[in-house]
Amino acid sequence: MTTVSEHVPKIVTSRIGLDQSYSIDTYLATGGYVALRKALTTMTPEAVASEVMTSNLLGRGGAGFEVGRKWSMLKNSPVRYLVVNGDESEPATFKDHMLIEGDPHQIVEGTIITAYAVGASRAFIFIRGEFALGLERVQAAINEAYRYGALGQNIFGSGFSLDLVLHPGAGAYICGEETSLIESLEGKRGYPRIKPPFFPAVIGLYGAPTIVNNVESMSNIPWIVNNGGAAFASLGVGRSTGTRIFALAGHVNRPGNYEVEMAKMTFRDLVDSPQYGGGMRLGRSVKAFIPGGVSAPWFGPEGLDIPLSQDDVAKAGSMLGSGSIVMMDDHTCMVRAAWRITKFFNRESCGQCTPCREGSGWIEKMMRRIENGGGREADLDLLLDACDNIAPGLSWPPAQTTICVLGPSIPSSVVAAIKMFRDEFLIHIKEGGCPYE
Amino acid sequence: MSGFSQIMRRRAESLVELYPERRSALIPLCHLAQEEAGYLSEDMMRDIADLVGVTPAEVYGTASFYDMLHTEPVGKYLVGVCTNIACLLQGGGELLEHAEEKLGVSPGGTTHDGVFTLEEVECVAHCDKAPAVQVNYRFFGPLTDETFDELIDDLSVGKYEGDVPSHGTLIRVHREVGIEVPMEEIVAQRRESDAAIASRKAALEAAKESK
Ligand SMILES: Cc1cc2nc3c(=O)[nH]c(=O)nc-3n(C[C@H](O)[C@H](O)[C@H](O)COP(=O)(O)O)c2cc1C
Ligand code: SF4
Ligand code: FES
Repeated sequence: MTTVSEHVPKIVTSRIGLDQSYSIDTYLATGGYVALRKALTTMTPEAVASEVMTSNLLGRGGAGFEVGRKWSMLKNSPVRYLVVNGDESEPATFKDHMLIEGDPHQIVEGTIITAYAVGASRAFIFIRGEFALGLERVQAAINEAYRYGALGQNIFGSGFSLDLVLHPGAGAYICGEETSLIESLEGKRGYPRIKPPFFPAVIGLYGAPTIVNNVESMSNIPWIVNNGGAAFASLGVGRSTGTRIFALAGHVNRPGNYEVEMAKMTFRDLVDSPQYGGGMRLGRSVKAFIPGGVSAPWFGPEGLDIPLSQDDVAKAGSMLGSGSIVMMDDHTCMVRAAWRITKFFNRESCGQCTPCREGSGWIEKMMRRIENGGGREADLDLLLDACDNIAPGLSWPPAQTTICVLGPSIPSSVVAAIKMFRDEFLIHIKEGGCPYE
Repeated sequence: MSGFSQIMRRRAESLVELYPERRSALIPLCHLAQEEAGYLSEDMMRDIADLVGVTPAEVYGTASFYDMLHTEPVGKYLVGVCTNIACLLQGGGELLEHAEEKLGVSPGGTTHDGVFTLEEVECVAHCDKAPAVQVNYRFFGPLTDETFDELIDDLSVGKYEGDVPSHGTLIRVHREVGIEVPMEEIVAQRRESDAAIASRKAALEAAKESK
């Protein structure tokens, strides 16, 4: 096992577990708002942006785009916006939920610094509607920040002013997609917009250039300002810099959120280490795992030795995506697991694009039929064909025939399950039901 | 049936003022309406339409996109059992079956006394405590059949009144201040700062060239 360095700082989870970790008193007692003061009173906006560029912080929302590079692409315009994405609904991803409830001030501080760096006219934090406690905590943090002088007119006497507004979602996975989120924030149905032309950095909220960044991305900003982009970039390997929270779930002894240095350990280290996953439940073996949210293709046990790095996982044919890892042991029915994921996509497809809307429905029905014992052998080819209609060629990353990438994400689990566990599908079909029940 | 009360209307108006365009307040206002009426009644939708400057049909059309917005009455407690992947692996499917038995309704159904509405929900980001259940968007887990029953029984006798507030995800979300910097003022400030950035850039370029 690779040794886990003791010296890696906790960048985004340092306050998690502290008493009243969400209060401004705790936040100030642990170095809170020092970075904001430093940025506003001693740095130019372009200097802040340049530190973030140097850090090579990759967006933590799923796509893994460089945060600094995104900022540099913001179209110049007298009105521009910053929207922070706290919609976290990718199945089995629960890291943002923890940050939102546990350290809302860190998100608020990162947001204000970012608004300064990109010159946002107003900033919004979009929080998933189901996070009732999270909404309370973030609003309380915003109230406290105004009282402390970190928001509103002339922040810390720097001449920089900003208003920050909390906005609740209302239950729709698709609203995590940035253009759908913008539609929702405009008070509409969450229909994604087509890119181009609707890249938020060019045409975003109310038609104005807009930066959309994830909650965990924002949480890294205060540390980067305090310690410098180079210090951040010295952690990790290659393009995967800094630390990252992995939300480990499924059949492990210790499911939970673990912040680790990027690329320095493998999936196996994370799963087996006593301080992290603590090994597989009941000492069972790994049958398969999902490395980056249900939109990601699965790996078998041989994937366990891949390092937790964005590029290594991509090279192996999947993605680190949302930072969720789901472990499945040898007692798991793969048909049922893949079927449930398809059911999710079918339910959450916004319905604008035919391949996604119809395809997800057909695939879900076929998968359900196989799981329940009514499947035919020809269904397997039919399933692959339906998947191919959504993402032609079934390559990775998938080809896109739809407005957003929800559609092309549907085949990931189905194709992986059929490729890796064809026998198991055949047993369901031959025996007329699920052998695991 | 009626729309917003005086107090709620004031809260609604203060939310509308937070946005550069009124329509942005549509969803927050739907949450307020559910807090007051338990669901999105027609009167509420009419009031919301009025407040954000759209037609009631547009409010309905928007609201119907979202799982949390209910245009029909629901129980006092919305009980959502998650059966998505992490919960499925830990028995979420079986827990949902048990919940149906315990409450005597299928997902989408409301108990006769109007206390519980059962829902099968997608991941609620509580997966390290799988199988997870949400009650009015407060999270519980990991639950067994027995602890699920206890939870329901406790809710029935009002044991969770403080921890599980009634409808409205914004029920305890109160913004203390309005918008402090009007848009025109911000735009003027940003123009100034953009000009400063541009002149710093020009100076840098000039310095480079003279070398
Ligand atoms: C279907 C779909 C769902 C998404 N859900 C989320 C989400 O819940 N949270 C999030 O931050 N990004 C989500 N994203 C990614 C966003 O579109 C966007 O890339 C991200 O918020 C940008 O922030 P980052 O660059 O800081 O990662 C989703 C994308 C898609 C296609
Ligand atoms: S791909 Fe699916 S979710 Fe995305 S816009 Fe098209 S129909 Fe909607
Ligand atoms: S899968 Fe059930 S809470 Fe995440």
